[in-house]
Amino acid sequence: MTEVVFYIFGGIAVLSAAMCVLQRTAVGALIWLVQVMLSLGVVFVTLQGQFIGLIQILVYAGAIMVLFLFIIMLLNLGRVGTDIRGPAGVAAMLVLAGLIAAELGGLMAYSPARIGREVRASAGVVEAGAAFAGGRAAQEATAARGVVGGVAPPLFDTYLVPFEITSLLLLAAIVGTVVLAKRKV
Amino acid sequence: MLLGPALGLSAILFTIGVAGVLLRRNAIVLFMCVELMLNAVNLAFVALAQVYGVGAYLIAFFVMTVAAAEAAVGLAIILAVFRHNQSIDLQNINLLHG
Repeated sequence: MTEVVFYIFGGIAVLSAAMCVLQRTAVGALIWLVQVMLSLGVVFVTLQGQFIGLIQILVYAGAIMVLFLFIIMLLNLGRVGTDIRGPAGVAAMLVLAGLIAAELGGLMAYSPARIGREVRASAGVVEAGAAFAGGRAAQEATAARGVVGGVAPPLFDTYLVPFEITSLLLLAAIVGTVVLAKRKV
Repeated sequence: MLLGPALGLSAILFTIGVAGVLLRRNAIVLFMCVELMLNAVNLAFVALAQVYGVGAYLIAFFVMTVAAAEAAVGLAIILAVFRHNQSIDLQNINLLHG
């Protein structure tokens, strides 16, 4: 059942992403991108990430996409011609995207056991023995502490300093946005 | 466990994002394709969280935070560029072209 849902929404995500790239108007591309974000939220849920799937829909499909839509409406570009590059650009795109696809395609062969083997073989990367013991770490943490409770201890314990730095980053982003968007500083 | 298929889906979405960045000249659509790539990476992190544990979700959270900050600042830059030369087509933005 989970696998069927994963493949349906994964397929929707890929098709919508292709439509987003090929869409002529910016608003059309944005609506297809919202479709990608929503289906990726469902895909996250099928991968045991219920909480992050919800955050994905709230933050990405909600907040960030609305920000894009505001800017598109604010600029009021009207009907302009297509902005897709010419034959040289298409050829460069096909070559580079093909190379990246060939390189990343190897990821499809990965299984939890193989990742465990490779991480154990490379010494001193992470706490390999503890992390890759059963290959079901997220599921066990969720079963022990709940969907939200499983995320809280590492966030406010192991990753506390990055979490605090995040607030500084957001403050800098607010100040930078105001300075850039003001007409006269 | 859906590890291999999820990593494959992430690879496909990332490639589509790269293709979009190379194919389009509209600065806003370019930004959307960058967001698509960030989402593909998030998908890889969530897929690996099944194996590694909830720490990988937190990396995905931080990626989302950086994406939000990047979208805000980037769109403000696009707004400033549009005010300056009334276009967001990257062909017309060639001041540093030499």
